[in-house]
Amino acid sequence: MTPSACDKSAFSTMEVCGSLTVSLREFGCEQSLLSRPDGSASFVQGDTSVMAGVYGPAEVKVSKEIYDRATLEVLVQPKVGLPSVRERSQEQCVRETCEASLLLTLHPRSSLTLILQVLHDDGSLLSCCLNAACMALMDAGLPMSCLFCGVTCAISTDGQIITDPTAAQEKESRALMTFAIDSAKHSVLMSSTKGSFSVHEVSGLMTGKKECAPFQTNKTVNAKPKRPDVTNRLH
Amino acid sequence: SLFTWSISTADGSALVKLGNTTIICGIKAELANPTVEAPGKGYIVPNVDLPPLCSSRFRPGPPGEEAQAASQFIADVIESSEVIKTEDLSIDRGKLCWVLYCDLMCLDYDGNILDACVIALLAALKNTRLPEVTINKETSAPEVNLEKRWELQIHKHLVSASFCIFDDSILISDPTAEEETLSTAHLTVVTDEDDRLCSVHKPGGTSLSGERLQECISRATTRQREIQKLIAKVAHSVKKAQ
Repeated sequence: MTPSACDKSAFSTMEVCGSLTVSLREFGCEQSLLSRPDGSASFVQGDTSVMAGVYGPAEVKVSKEIYDRATLEVLVQPKVGLPSVRERSQEQCVRETCEASLLLTLHPRSSLTLILQVLHDDGSLLSCCLNAACMALMDAGLPMSCLFCGVTCAISTDGQIITDPTAAQEKESRALMTFAIDSAKHSVLMSSTKGSFSVHEVSGLMTGKKECAPFQTNKTVNAKPKRPDVTNRLH
Repeated sequence: SLFTWSISTADGSALVKLGNTTIICGIKAELANPTVEAPGKGYIVPNVDLPPLCSSRFRPGPPGEEAQAASQFIADVIESSEVIKTEDLSIDRGKLCWVLYCDLMCLDYDGNILDACVIALLAALKNTRLPEVTINKETSAPEVNLEKRWELQIHKHLVSASFCIFDDSILISDPTAEEETLSTAHLTVVTDEDDRLCSVHKPGGTSLSGERLQECISRATTRQREIQKLIAKVAHSVKKAQ
């Protein structure tokens, strides 16, 4: 069996989009790097790196099965230690976002397992997890109604908006927000915030987010290669 | 409806009923060493428990994902909003501080847990009375005076508003359990009295357009004012009775 040596990686440099000066750290993605999972991807944003693996559709335990759709389970493994309460809330966010974009009704009474391993955390962890999850689901060939991307924003103490903050910038900020935007309607799939902020800041961010999202989804779509090698793996 | 002083053995407690959803919050204060990262601050540890008692959905055993996610949400809200200045909980910098264990237990699950938890937590914190602690200079041991108690100062009045979204067209506020299971997305907005947002929590689900989100936020601020009046009324009647 030919090993599927497909390292497709795409790297992009910091870019500016729209009227709101938004700059993202250098991000890159690599797919199909693990041999056992049905789909795998590694997403890197600056120094933050997350690896995702997808297994499925597979057998599901009778206690967890849903009669008309697939059961999605997400596991977030931190770099050090056992998963704690914080990882559970991240899992809930990722799981519900994936459930909204996957066509689960095509695989009733099956299970899909998504495992996210944090390799390095330098800020914007939840959005990196979301991006890695999306790339891995695409790599597994699971039917999706739309793609999604995660973006993190920090509001510093002087009111400046920083997108894709590093861990140091996150610490200095007074508010931190992570959004998942879908590629079809550019609307908010998931929102998770920390810190207090005013209503005007949120509306300003929404428009900035929407401009950022098509740019990010285009880059992720370009990162995904043409797939002639899928048939090789099946043989 | 809201009842305070429900648990006599706890330092602060409150019972909240939002329709059928019932949450009881008990706060216990203990002395502990402060963390290395923040030697001049105490800390608050919230824990949301969804026992099998409240609904047939939950099985006995370790806390499920919903309970843990709710606990993390409450912890984030407390930290984001700075409802209590953790410096107030410090007794001796670097050596001794108060740690508040907030246990929120659901007695009846009929949807909208997060709203009820926030209300119960705030009400319980409002009537938490911590005893005076003095450090004996000779033995350098803490001396707790249970007779003299001081009230915790609440800096912000938080109110949370939860919504259930169905396909970006139907918006239901304060959903019941049945409405939650049928909906396609949930959204919780936590506001404080200065109309600042402490949390916009939407754990996935179907997409929501920007206008809908703004609509939810404005409804949350309206609800904020209504609930503030209710809490003030109860606190006033308690003061009158004493």
